[in-house]
Amino acid sequence: MQRQYETVFIMTPVLSEEQMKEAVSKFQDYLKKKGAEIVYEDHWGLRKMAYPIQKKSTGFYHLIEFRADTQLVKDMELEMKRDERIIRFLTVALDKHAIAYNEKRRRQKEEEKQAAKEEKQAAKEEKEAK
Amino acid sequence: MAVQQNSEIRYLAPIAVDIKKKKYCRFKKSGIKYIDYKDGSFLLKFVNEQGKILPRRITGTSVKYQRKVAKAIKRARHLAIMPYVADLLK
Repeated sequence: MQRQYETVFIMTPVLSEEQMKEAVSKFQDYLKKKGAEIVYEDHWGLRKMAYPIQKKSTGFYHLIEFRADTQLVKDMELEMKRDERIIRFLTVALDKHAIAYNEKRRRQKEEEKQAAKEEKQAAKEEKEAK
Repeated sequence: MAVQQNSEIRYLAPIAVDIKKKKYCRFKKSGIKYIDYKDGSFLLKFVNEQGKILPRRITGTSVKYQRKVAKAIKRARHLAIMPYVADLLK
């Protein structure tokens, strides 16, 4: 059965930018290969954690929202457990309210981006007019 | 000296009588259906200074949403968005 899921995982801060990207793309590829459809992705960047995990107080947060079969989640979580770059992960099945909420948030974000862009454009034009 | 005997007791300032404000469930009122575990600053409203989840009798949340709040907080704790234990969180 297909369901929509959301996974947030934390990577160790000792990774370099490239290593971190490599780890992210590994799981993207893994999901795609197994027939999941990635709906949305968000990289939160290096964040301070509320308490230390494995003696690290910061971590790279990454979020992937995808549609996949139920069985795939188990396999992916096992894969994450084996990967020592990932220090914490959480997969949540999304219900219809959660999906609606996420879509709304994404739209808001996009609008904000758009507004910021327009503002910039307006400022630029103003400058040029001067 | 005229003594007013059968008048009621009068106070200089009106005594403060606590008028109980009716508590309400903020999720029901504003129509929030999903509580995001990624939004740490919002969830902070439902914990005390030590990071413990506040009971319903204080926040006024309905049973249905209290369960969701609790779940969201627990998820946030797992992802180190919120602390399990804290001192002077606020």
